[in-house]
Amino acid sequence: MLRYALLRLLGAIPTLLLVIALAFLMVHAAPGGPFDDERVLPPEIEANIAAAYQLDQPLPQQFLHYLSGLLRGDLGPSYRYRDRTVSELIGSAFPLSLQLGAMAMLLATVVGVSAGTYAALHKDSLLDRIVMTFAMTGISIPVFVIAPVLVLLLAVQLQWLPAGWTGSTGIRRYILPVVSLALPQIAYIARLTRASMIEVLESDFVRTARSQGLGTAAVVRLHALKPAMLPVLSYMGPAIAAILTGSVVVEEVFGIPGLGQHFVRGALNRDYTLVLGIVIFYATLVLLLNLLVDLLYGAIDPRIRRR
Amino acid sequence: MNVAGSKTVRVSAWLLGGIVLLAFVGPWLSPHDYLQTDFEQILQPPALANAHVFGTDDLGRDLFVRTMHGVQITVLVAVVASIVSLVIGVLYGAVAGLAGGRIDAVMMRFVDTLYALPFIFFVILLMVVFERNFLLIFVAIGAVNWLDMARIVRGQTLSLREREFVQAAQLTGVSFGKIITRHIAPNLLGIVIVYVTLTIPQAILVESFLSFLGLGIQEPQTSLGALVDGGVNQMEGAAWMLLIPAAMLALILLCFNFLGDAFRDLFDARQSR
Repeated sequence: MLRYALLRLLGAIPTLLLVIALAFLMVHAAPGGPFDDERVLPPEIEANIAAAYQLDQPLPQQFLHYLSGLLRGDLGPSYRYRDRTVSELIGSAFPLSLQLGAMAMLLATVVGVSAGTYAALHKDSLLDRIVMTFAMTGISIPVFVIAPVLVLLLAVQLQWLPAGWTGSTGIRRYILPVVSLALPQIAYIARLTRASMIEVLESDFVRTARSQGLGTAAVVRLHALKPAMLPVLSYMGPAIAAILTGSVVVEEVFGIPGLGQHFVRGALNRDYTLVLGIVIFYATLVLLLNLLVDLLYGAIDPRIRRR
Repeated sequence: MNVAGSKTVRVSAWLLGGIVLLAFVGPWLSPHDYLQTDFEQILQPPALANAHVFGTDDLGRDLFVRTMHGVQITVLVAVVASIVSLVIGVLYGAVAGLAGGRIDAVMMRFVDTLYALPFIFFVILLMVVFERNFLLIFVAIGAVNWLDMARIVRGQTLSLREREFVQAAQLTGVSFGKIITRHIAPNLLGIVIVYVTLTIPQAILVESFLSFLGLGIQEPQTSLGALVDGGVNQMEGAAWMLLIPAAMLALILLCFNFLGDAFRDLFDARQSR
């Protein structure tokens, strides 16, 4: 198992290099330089700026320089926040995003699996149909529609919850962002759970367990839940990517000073190094979490472990 | 297994057709123009008087015409982006499937690698680096969505490769490129067309996501994502500015997803047979 994990980790390195090279090239293929302003600077000053950011060197050398910086956790200086480095910006903003993302993921898994299991056990009942219609709606409606509509309803109209991040403190300000982030994932997970649970409930070992007089709750808990969770587990990779994407929107809507907000601001301000650094950071995060999901999958499913 | 027979499919198809028709005909019926500002009529709620059926925005522009214009742009971007992804995906998948062996293995490994990436962030990187124009949006979204298409096409090509007419062509020395254009591509048409209806909602999602963040369609042009963004800023006094474009976007995506679900069921049934 450890050997397998190490091999997978090594296998991720070429992918990561490819990602870094791709992102780096995209940024450096840009027409014009990052400091092209309306204000014309004297050529000596321009040369000094270019030298300070290594822009005067040939591209392969710039790339090697960037890579060696990366290895030391240095993503270079931000082009817009002149006194801060990209690593500092990511380090200060990420914990909050991580907190929100982890809470959303937990909520999505618990609610999604429960709703899906319930729907599978009461297949074709009225409640099953209601749950599945909700799930279809949840899948179709993007986060940037869900979040503002929830704010309009629960914060502006009913005034139950705060509309923004900065105006309040405590757990209440987490509710709307986390629910907005989690809703589409709840929908996906509920659908996946329902489909695989229905299949598992029809399998022979479940029939055997039932015929031995085990109640429904015990059958689900002891026999059906684990195999039914496998498709849900393999969805965790895409779910993580979706929550990252959603966090960009949610942080923008609620004014949360997380990594997503830095990313959008950086993109609108054309802060090349910041955007490049965050893209590489996100890609690494997603690759590592995908790896973790794969390993978990092997740990839970003995059929894969044996291979 | 009759897709057209299902009620949800019929309702979704009619609704989509109706929305698209309204989007292109509606602006002709309205006396207003999507660019025309009217500072006497700022933030008017929906009313039949003045022919502002969806109300007006913070610059006094008619929201009905703007919403319809947004639907036009959103649908246009989605269709063109889907065609871009179709061309890339079909070419890539057909080449991998027909070449087979090590080339196929390497090409598909590359696709697997790209699958794991949060692609939307690369699209944003593209939008940052280059000028935000229409063409780039098409290409960027198409470049995101070709992976599924490549996988499907490769699978189909693998089975086509074993068929007599392809083997006959190979034996008589027809070139690789010609086999793809003459013999493989035409036989992929059915599945590819169905698959495009599945990629359109994904393209809509990416486009409106970018426009919502202010990185996609730029003023004075508009799209549903940009309209939702505008609505967010005015939601406290003018809820209609948020709710109308949001509902329109949700409705379009819901219809596409119902259609896509039905198509997927159909294909699963075919493949298991």
